[in-house]
This record gives sequence, C-alpha cells and structure tokens, in this order.
Amino acid sequence: MEMVPVSWYLLLAALLFAIGTAGALTRRNGITIFLSIELMLNSVNLTLVAYSRMLNDQTGQVLVFFVLAVAAAEAAVGLALFIAIYRHRRTIDLNRMNLLRW
Amino acid sequence: MAFDLIATSIKLALFLGIFLGAIAPIMVWTERRFAAYIQDRPGPNRLGPLGLFQPLADVVKFFFKEDVTPAAADKLLYLMAPVLAVLPALTTFVFIPFGPTVEVGDRLVPLVVSNASAGVLLFLALASLGVYSLVLAGYASNNKYSLMGGIRASAQLISYELAMTLAVVAVLLPVGAFRLTEVVAYQQGFLWNVVPQFLGFFVFFIAMFAETNRLPFDLPEAESELIAGFHTEYSAMRFAAFFMSEYIAMTTLSALCATLYFGGWDLFGFTEWAAAGMAGLFLPLWFWLGAFGMAVLITKTMFFMLVFVWVRWTFPRFRYDQLMALGWKVLLPLSLINVVFVAAMTLAGIY
Amino acid sequence: MIETAIFLLFALLAVASALVVVLHRNPVYSTLSLVVTLISLAVLFVLLGAPFIAALQILIYTGAIVVLFLFVVMLLNIGREEISQQRGLVQKALAGIGALIFLGIVASSLWGLYGTTQVGPLTEDFVSLQALATLLFGEYLLTFELVGLLLLVAVIAATVLAGRLSKASQVSVPEEGLPGPAGGPGPTYTEHPDQVTPPEGVR
Repeated sequence: MEMVPVSWYLLLAALLFAIGTAGALTRRNGITIFLSIELMLNSVNLTLVAYSRMLNDQTGQVLVFFVLAVAAAEAAVGLALFIAIYRHRRTIDLNRMNLLRW
Repeated sequence: MAFDLIATSIKLALFLGIFLGAIAPIMVWTERRFAAYIQDRPGPNRLGPLGLFQPLADVVKFFFKEDVTPAAADKLLYLMAPVLAVLPALTTFVFIPFGPTVEVGDRLVPLVVSNASAGVLLFLALASLGVYSLVLAGYASNNKYSLMGGIRASAQLISYELAMTLAVVAVLLPVGAFRLTEVVAYQQGFLWNVVPQFLGFFVFFIAMFAETNRLPFDLPEAESELIAGFHTEYSAMRFAAFFMSEYIAMTTLSALCATLYFGGWDLFGFTEWAAAGMAGLFLPLWFWLGAFGMAVLITKTMFFMLVFVWVRWTFPRFRYDQLMALGWKVLLPLSLINVVFVAAMTLAGIY
Repeated sequence: MIETAIFLLFALLAVASALVVVLHRNPVYSTLSLVVTLISLAVLFVLLGAPFIAALQILIYTGAIVVLFLFVVMLLNIGREEISQQRGLVQKALAGIGALIFLGIVASSLWGLYGTTQVGPLTEDFVSLQALATLLFGEYLLTFELVGLLLLVAVIAATVLAGRLSKASQVSVPEEGLPGPAGGPGPTYTEHPDQVTPPEGVR
C-alpha cells in the first residue's frame, strides 16, 4: 500500500502560504488580512508536522504547540486593536489608516 | 483491515441506533411527564397509555408546521446553522466505551467505536464546535434578539468549556492516558472517580448544564428573556433540529460524566459477572459483555438525564452577569484547585 | 490507497476554502471558510501521525480563536468590502504573480530534495503522548513557561486595549476651573468662551 510522500504535504503547505500571502497583501479589510495571516501560520504548522514525520522527531509537534499558543495571543491582541481602531475611526478599511503617511 | 472496518461499522450502528434512537424519544416524553409530575399536573396523557405516543405526535407536528424563513436573513448561514448544531453532538458519541475489551475469535476488540489515542481530547475538541451553530443562528436571523442570544450563548459555552476541560484533565492525571477505556479500567481498580475527585465532579456537573444551555443556564434561549434567543426565527424542522441537538448533547455529556466519574459500563463488576453467567446462551461471551455493558451505561446516562430534567423544573434562571461571574470567578478557580490537588495526590502515589 | 484518497480530498478542501478566505467579500464567510481550512488541516495532521496536535488545533484554533474572530466581526458589523478600483487590480496581479513565483521556487527545491521518498510506517512511540510530554516539559520547559507569560501579557494587553477607560483613569477637572499660569484662579467660563475674562495680572 503506497503512502503519500511527505513532500506533497510540504507542497500543500507552500500553496497555502502563497494564498495567505497574496491575501494579506491584497485585501483592504483588516479582518480578512488577519485571517490570511492565520492561514500562513497554519501552513507553517503543517510544514512543521510534516517534517516531524519525515525526520521521526517529535520536536516539530512541540513547536506547533508553541506556534498555536503564540497565534492565540496574537489573535487576541490584534482583535483588541481592531476594536479600539473601530471605536475611533468607525472603519476597518486599512487603506484609510493613513494618518502617519507623509 | 476488513475485520476492523466491519467491527467498527457494527459498533457504530448499534451504539448510535440504540443510544440515540432510543434516548431521544424517551427524553421528550420524560421531560414532559416529569415536569408535569414536579408541577403537580397530569402532563400528556391522551396519546396512548401514559401519553407514550406524545413524541410521535411531536414529530408529526414538526413535519407539518409551516417553514418560515426571514426575508432578509443570510440564506446560506441560516440553513447551515441547524445542521452545524447536530454534527458536533453526533460525532462526539464515538469515543464513549460501552464494554471491556472482548475477544472475538482471535482478535481483541475494544467495545468503543473509536479508540483513538487522543480520545477525550478529540471529544472536547468536537464538542467545542457546537459554538458555531449558536453564533451563526443568531447572526443569520437578522434579528437583534437572536444576535444577542447567539453571542451570549456562545460566550457562555466557551467560558464553561474551560472549567469542564480542567475537570477532565484532573480525571486524566492518575490515569495517564487520554483513552476513555483506560479511564474506566482505572476506576475498576480503584474507586469511582466521584469519590476521590468530588470537587472535579461538582465543577463538571455544573459545567454540563452550562454547556447544553439547560436551566439554570438557559438565559440565551429563555422565552421570557430574549423571545427565544438564537432560535427565534426557526420553525418546524429546523427548530426540531436544534431541539434534538440539545437532547443529543445532553445525552453525550451525561454519558461522558458517567464514564469519567461513575465507572462507565462497569457496575462494580456486575457486567462481567452477568455476562459470564449468560455466556454460551445462544450467543457468545462478547455479545453478552457488550449488551450488559451498554445496559449499565444507558442506566447511568438516564439517571443523569433525569437529573437534568429535575433541575430544570426546580431552579430559577441565572442572570447573564451572574452566569459569567460563576463561570470565571468560581468554577475556574475551583477547577484549578482540583487539578493541583489531584496532581499532588498522584505524585504521592495515593491516587 | 485510502490514505491517498483522504489526503487528496482534504488537501483540495483546504486549498478551496483558503481561496474563499482570501477572495470572498463578506468577512463572515471568510471566517467560516477558515474554519473549514483548519478542520481539513487537522485531518491531515492525523494522517501525519499527530492526533494530539490535531485535537489541539480544533480545540484551540477553531474552538476559541476563530470564535473570537466571529464575535468581533458580528459585533462590529464589519460590512462587505467595497469593490476596489483600478489601482487595486495591479496590486492583485503583482501579489498573485509573486505568490506563484514563491510556489515555483518551493516546489522545484522540494522536488529536487525529496522527490517521492516514502517515510516508514507509524510506530507506536511516535504517536505516543508520553514522548511528546517528555519533550515538552523536559527540553522545552523554559519555552513553555515563556509562552505562558506571553499569554498573560496578551490577556492584559487585550483587556487594556479593548476595554473602556475606568473612571479612575480619566482626568478630572475641578469645579472652579484649572489654575492659571501664575498660580491664581484661572479664567472663568461662565459666559461664552469667546468673551472670557482673563485673570488679573495677564495683559
């Protein structure tokens, strides 16, 4: 029974990362940019687990654990920032956050 | 490979069929008769003896009710929400064991549909997906009461999930594995977990009510508070889906409580004793072990379901800020204390 | 055979829902597509022999983080994004091309390095919880504690950023007005502010 080569998982992770990057660079809605960043983080998780399987070392899974925790912290603070921004500016469109532009 | 597949399918069919097929209609009838008994009135008694055909009439009623969809509702999300309610309730069932590891021919088959090594963790993970149906139902209904009800219900769910997860962690500490079969085996060799970990049981028991949106924690769906909360705009079969998913979630959590704290399919060795007594009678030993194990589990689950109904018609409702304060300021610290205590006892070798 | 089928199914599902996340105008649908992506990735984790990470992914990521996203989107009523103008089109094209170039580089290097090498079958101690726990609380204990500290900091930061300022932290203005520059009573504002009477000593 032939199993899936691990490089396919790595390729899938790269594809998800590319999609996430394109989304983060293109969209204007802050929440969607944030979601694209979460997509990138998840693709990194997939890469870590795939390598952990390939090298037969559970360190990859431990690192995924930490990435999950850091992503949770980042999501909490980022969303709090969005709420604060929304309260002042009534919009999340990141193209309008241009007060610091010269 | 094929044997495993067939065995799993049979277990799944039996477990789901018996547990859910039997429990849901029984629960509908039990709720109404027991509520009536507590309130000193007869309850449904016209349809069949003791009103036993009432659930059938309820199902027929749900089929024939008019299906009203709000015009400005978000169609896709509105239709998806009841389905999303039922899925987590059903999928979490597969991790609960209903018998010991039996010998079928020359193979050892554990009597649980899925003996995943991350059993309880997957159970909690799938149960946490139930939040989505509430939020989506509230949002998609385009109704401010529904939105409020949905947001409140999901905030309540994720708050009490934390205390519940910590109570489960405390149970797993002396066992050393995530599989529920090993939790039951541990309780067979020791006391039922409710005795050494009474604080954990207390926290889990209260969190069970909050997780299924049952009184005294049912503010998000209460009739006098928020019309009907997140399922205001749902009628007929969709409401029946929410209704059934609530009962199935109650059943699942009761079964989990029975397995974690009250020994699961084991009643002080009664299951094995009775099966050994009946062995060879038409059907082999493993059948009797499964049958008696499932009977014991169903009895314990029904006991907890009766307690659910009893509490519903006895206590008043919590206000929302009281509810959240209870979850975060009382249950979470108690849960943490319980974990520390059990960890200390496990290290000392007492548990 | 079955494994390949499961992998292909959930990989396609993950890519499709990732595209919906990035391309859809309504942020609620984007968030829900992210849930689908996360669950497909969890299935792939199970295929790769990491059931605990899969369970943690569903429990933490879809069960808490994305719910937080949904709360924010629904409570702030984030509307659909307006159709972008021409300027956005060049940006999108460049982003798309950049993504494709990145993908090409990674794919070619992966193919050169690994090709179709297979891995050995899953051993029981690879999937075991004991090994993971020993690693987490042994070699990576310091990191674990630091991550706990980070989460505490995040909780404090989120509470401060999103909460309203308490009464105590707001500046209170005394009844008779702030004191003037020379220490005496400041200007009084009983009349219209344009006709303020300056205090004595100020020209």
